[in-house]
Amino acid sequence: MRREKTFHPPNDNEATVLAPLRGVTVRDQTLWIVLLALLGMGVAAWVYQFVNGLGVTGMNRPVYWGVYLTNFVFFIGLAHSGTFISAILRLAGAEWRKPLTRAAEAITLFSLPFGVASIIIDMGRPERLLNMIIYGRFQSPLLWDFTAVSLYLFSSVVFFYLSLLPDIALCRDRLTEVPRWQRKMYRILALGWEGRPEQYHRLERVLDGMAIFMSLLVITVHTVVSWVFGMTIQPGWHTTIIGPFFLLGAIFSGTSAVVIVLAILRRVYDLKDALPIRLFNSLRKLLIVFSLGWIYMMIAEYLSVFYGNIPEEMEVFWQKLTGDYAVIFWLMTILVFVIPLLIFIFRGKDSIGWMVTAAVLVNIGMWMERYVVIIPTETRPRLLYELLRGAYAPTWIEWTITVSLFAGLILLYAVFTRFFPIVPLWETAESLEAESEMDKARERIFKFGAKFGSGFKQKSGD
Amino acid sequence: MPKWSMVIDLDKCVACQGCSIACRMENNTPVVSPAESALGRLMLWNDVFPLQAEEHGAIASAQAKFLTRPCMHCEDPPCVKVCPVEATYQDEEGIVRQNYARCIGCRFCTVACPYGVRYFNWYAPAWDEGLERHLNPDRVSGDGDLEGPAIRPKGVVEKCTYCIHRLHKARERAAAEEREFRPDEYVPACVQTCTGKARFFGDLDDPNSTVSQLAQSRRAFRLLEEAGTHPKTIYLHEG
Repeated sequence: MRREKTFHPPNDNEATVLAPLRGVTVRDQTLWIVLLALLGMGVAAWVYQFVNGLGVTGMNRPVYWGVYLTNFVFFIGLAHSGTFISAILRLAGAEWRKPLTRAAEAITLFSLPFGVASIIIDMGRPERLLNMIIYGRFQSPLLWDFTAVSLYLFSSVVFFYLSLLPDIALCRDRLTEVPRWQRKMYRILALGWEGRPEQYHRLERVLDGMAIFMSLLVITVHTVVSWVFGMTIQPGWHTTIIGPFFLLGAIFSGTSAVVIVLAILRRVYDLKDALPIRLFNSLRKLLIVFSLGWIYMMIAEYLSVFYGNIPEEMEVFWQKLTGDYAVIFWLMTILVFVIPLLIFIFRGKDSIGWMVTAAVLVNIGMWMERYVVIIPTETRPRLLYELLRGAYAPTWIEWTITVSLFAGLILLYAVFTRFFPIVPLWETAESLEAESEMDKARERIFKFGAKFGSGFKQKSGD
Repeated sequence: MPKWSMVIDLDKCVACQGCSIACRMENNTPVVSPAESALGRLMLWNDVFPLQAEEHGAIASAQAKFLTRPCMHCEDPPCVKVCPVEATYQDEEGIVRQNYARCIGCRFCTVACPYGVRYFNWYAPAWDEGLERHLNPDRVSGDGDLEGPAIRPKGVVEKCTYCIHRLHKARERAAAEEREFRPDEYVPACVQTCTGKARFFGDLDDPNSTVSQLAQSRRAFRLLEEAGTHPKTIYLHEG
């Protein structure tokens, strides 16, 4: 058997991280059933909508796009957490990211399908989806979206799976007491991984290469998502800043989601050692930068609109600041910016509770931000704002489907963490190569020296 | 090849809404309940809007003003540009058409159109008792095509087509009578019915046609000229 020969890099946290995989508890099953029921309600609501038509939603003329498009933008934004942390920070050589890469990438992987689903739910004739391929026109921003998001989904799966591979092999070799089907699953998914030094070497090279590609995709995907709005000539949408603003918002909400997920994982699976508090402090610094970037974008956009004073732009501007959407607009600003920034700066250090509070507020606020970008423009369409004044109130069908999408995301995440290690064990290991005792001794000395030197590139998971 | 165009003289328009009704009967637009209508789901390919009173200094104009609005059939249509499946397209005679058999119901075109001339079928179309016996049997259909007054399925977008089926019928008649088709053989239903004779229709490329002559008028203007869409529905100012 080749299995005995498989090398697994030693990791102090191995037992802690693998512990949640050793059995599904009753509490898990209860949670899964509740989430499944919510998902089922969403499916039922969608079937009802499919049979009766989109009239069961609150959408109308001229507000043709509503909560579904908001969800689409939000889920794609949430997905940017993982790729940002595992690809961009990988290229930047930020070693601290290692313990949380997988937790973040899993958000990417599991929220993307719900972004895609949101688009299909929004379609009047979802059964004609294949027309996008048969008759697809690349002049349409919707096809850019279609291409970018499917490419993103595909490459995220590959990227995620590759970095999971050594850990699946570890599960295959360590988790011998789990049910037969689970052992079989590990055996098949591990693809005969042996952990030879050249395998690790090759894996690192592939991941580095893909990280470049993924970083480009992160920027492209969310910019293209914004262009579905930005390419029309509707006031409030037709700005050059909409792409970068959507991107920044996406990374902001994604990174906040990572904070929430980390805190839950720490608590529920008892991963305090594997996910140390310093991770939260690193994320805190990033989040401070993002929230300042967010307000910068807000001011850049709204001040230039206000100062320019173009009539049709001002209709939308006042609709947001003092009109029908004033409450949600100002609440959004407080939830995304004011309170979180104060928490991050004054309370966030070494306090997981405060960090989670702020992260939750940011994500609620970012959902509202997507809503406020999309809807008010539609209520005051370009120049005919005098003739066509719209209003929009989502119906319970739309809310049910929205809740079910979130339930689906949590369900996939909860199930995944029960079968696969959520902290990458091979990436946080002391060393990837099976060295002789001599090598180890040499490395200890080298590391000792390095500590007094740059202090850079420590591969420890402490 | 003709380039179809419509001219609406706002001076002659009496805001009787006859164009809206003629359009509705001709093109089989579904009837919508008052509750749905209040939601903004009324379907009038050719709508009539009251305009807000103009203010001159402190004095508001007492004169009521109206704007009747079919599709602008832009030469550079923002809706055609964004359609992901070419369900809406501009034919060689400049008419912006809509293929119900291909539309996926993404509503990108409805959002992109600055004139709000595009309508979405929120439900399967329905007519009040008796009305369904008066449906226009005309349709434009072919391989994977379904256009004109053909009954639309739910979940697709529809719009004013300058009564494209009338053009087809006029061409077929000319062919059956073995003679050349003349552009003046075809007018949309709204033009035919207009009480004040405020609407004109014809070939904009023909220098002798009524529409091309009226388009030269000093009263001529187009809606949202600054949007760069180059509408072929042209208005004449009041007064």
